[in-house]
Amino acid sequence: MAHAFSLSRLRKPSVIPGFGLTFGFAVTYLSLIVLIPIAALVLQSASVGWDEFWRIATDARTVAALRTSFGLSLIAALVNMFFGLILAWVLTRYRFPGRRIVDAMVDLPFALPTAVAGISLGSLYAVNGWVGGLFDFRITYTSIGITIALVFVGLPFVVRTVQPVLEDLDKELEEAAATLGAGRWRTVIRVILPPLVPSVLTGFALAYARAVGEYGSVVFVSQGLPYVNEIAPQLIVIKLEESANYGPAAVIATVMLALAFVLLLFINLLQAWGRRRFGSVG
Amino acid sequence: MTIRRPANGREFLAGAAAAIGVIIIVVAITMSGRSVALLNVSYDPTRELFEEYNQAFAAYWREATGQAVSIRQSHGGSGAQARAVVDGLEADIVTLALEVDVNLLAEAGLMDANWRDLLPNRSAPYTSTIVFVVRAGNPKNIRDWDDLVRDDVAVVTPNPKTSGGARWNFLAAWAYAESRSGGDEAVTLDFVRRLYANVAVLDTGARGSTQTFAQRGTGDVLIAWENEAHLTVGEFGAGAFEIVMPSQSILAEPPVAVVTRYADARSTATVAEAYVEYLYSAVGQRIAAAHFFRPSDPDLVDPEALAAFPAIQMTTIDHFGGWAEAQPRFFGDGAIFDQIYLPAP
Repeated sequence: MAHAFSLSRLRKPSVIPGFGLTFGFAVTYLSLIVLIPIAALVLQSASVGWDEFWRIATDARTVAALRTSFGLSLIAALVNMFFGLILAWVLTRYRFPGRRIVDAMVDLPFALPTAVAGISLGSLYAVNGWVGGLFDFRITYTSIGITIALVFVGLPFVVRTVQPVLEDLDKELEEAAATLGAGRWRTVIRVILPPLVPSVLTGFALAYARAVGEYGSVVFVSQGLPYVNEIAPQLIVIKLEESANYGPAAVIATVMLALAFVLLLFINLLQAWGRRRFGSVG
Repeated sequence: MTIRRPANGREFLAGAAAAIGVIIIVVAITMSGRSVALLNVSYDPTRELFEEYNQAFAAYWREATGQAVSIRQSHGGSGAQARAVVDGLEADIVTLALEVDVNLLAEAGLMDANWRDLLPNRSAPYTSTIVFVVRAGNPKNIRDWDDLVRDDVAVVTPNPKTSGGARWNFLAAWAYAESRSGGDEAVTLDFVRRLYANVAVLDTGARGSTQTFAQRGTGDVLIAWENEAHLTVGEFGAGAFEIVMPSQSILAEPPVAVVTRYADARSTATVAEAYVEYLYSAVGQRIAAAHFFRPSDPDLVDPEALAAFPAIQMTTIDHFGGWAEAQPRFFGDGAIFDQIYLPAP
């Protein structure tokens, strides 16, 4: 345990043992799974040279694809935030037959291969599909279809982040609000929602990040036309086909990564603000 | 704040994946003692062809040498498959859609640069061409490439950037427009631009396009490889779709090759060479024809089986200076295919 002792000067004393071991494990693990691959990616993108990097990153087509990816993902994450909240509410506050089954269904988007999801959504919402046939406008092969696929893959996040907080929320708070004369809406908006803000934001951020990186399901519902509704991951695949080296594809990936990082950082700051403002529960 | 359930789900999946991995390794080890195993890395539309061919070859090899051979198949987009092999997927044989994809392996030092000359017919044991699939009765009366640029026609074809096979589709259209315009590049470009402006969905792969057209009722005409076209018509019944032969098309030559570096390392070179050579035998040619690939040596196949392949005028890739020239000219970054999609300034 010499390792742990040498580290002991770097940390505040704690009664819980095992810091050295777990910290070492965490760093190694993160490096192998996240840091090294991402460093390799950034390195790869740098191999094209700065001028070329800038040209690819600001190319009209790249910008259009990034706008499509981040824009549609934002819409999908917002939809997931709203309906995820309602789903979590229904699952924690009411007891109804089949609740466990509905609860389990929420996780299905994680288990299903996204290509399978894309194919079934695409067929269902096609002009000759069960659902698509009911509308007189196209869904599959439009931005609406892409958004639906992104909603699907991001569905579990908000539900799963909000659920435990909602379960721990003291019912007495609501009763107190009622006895103090607050109406139903006032209770929801002033008493129930504020403590949920941090967890909703976490769920939103996860759903957003997940949607931005999604490829497998989108290619089956997207028209795939450049400048129209080509998503950034699709453009990355195209760049891979164009040349034998990974440079140009890595450039777009690095730009996506940077944008996503800035967004997640922003959401994290929002969250910290939310915690200070509304207090932390759970 | 933690999300417990998804983590459990993922852990379970990871555990299951690891267990399956271990099982595969154990099975592979037990099998390897008794027989030789080959890996054929191929592209999408050859799935059914090699399913049948592998059995035929295994029977032939056992007969000839007494050795049992098991062949594993891997299918995917041609370019992605080639990259997987470059990145270490130890294929003994590759059977891909494009010469450039195999050249990628040669450039990586996995085989000789002259691989194309090692087998007959420039290493293409079967060929194909690009045809149209239309809905039953041909309601839009589509006869030739000219009909594909009409305002009332919606076209379905994969993106040639992501689908190696679809590059032949593009070049077939280009070759037609070129010969019609007498070689005027501006007119040719305009024709192809109008054609791709009619494309309703630009899927990433050939099978995706077939689905879009056949199962989701999108588009009036599917531009497809002849073998895919026959497969589609066969699958959905002749009452649903028809094949239309354009007046002119292109000779698609999907190449095969032994990945000598891997095959030598795995001591499978002899059987791998026999595997690709047997594709040129009467049995191999017959199986190719049965799956609607045009046999390179039609004399080895029953005339009846050849009835499915009407003779049409075909351009070859040599017309474009070979793939080494055609690839960067048409499908490179910012090249002709990217230009036809540039928004009007």
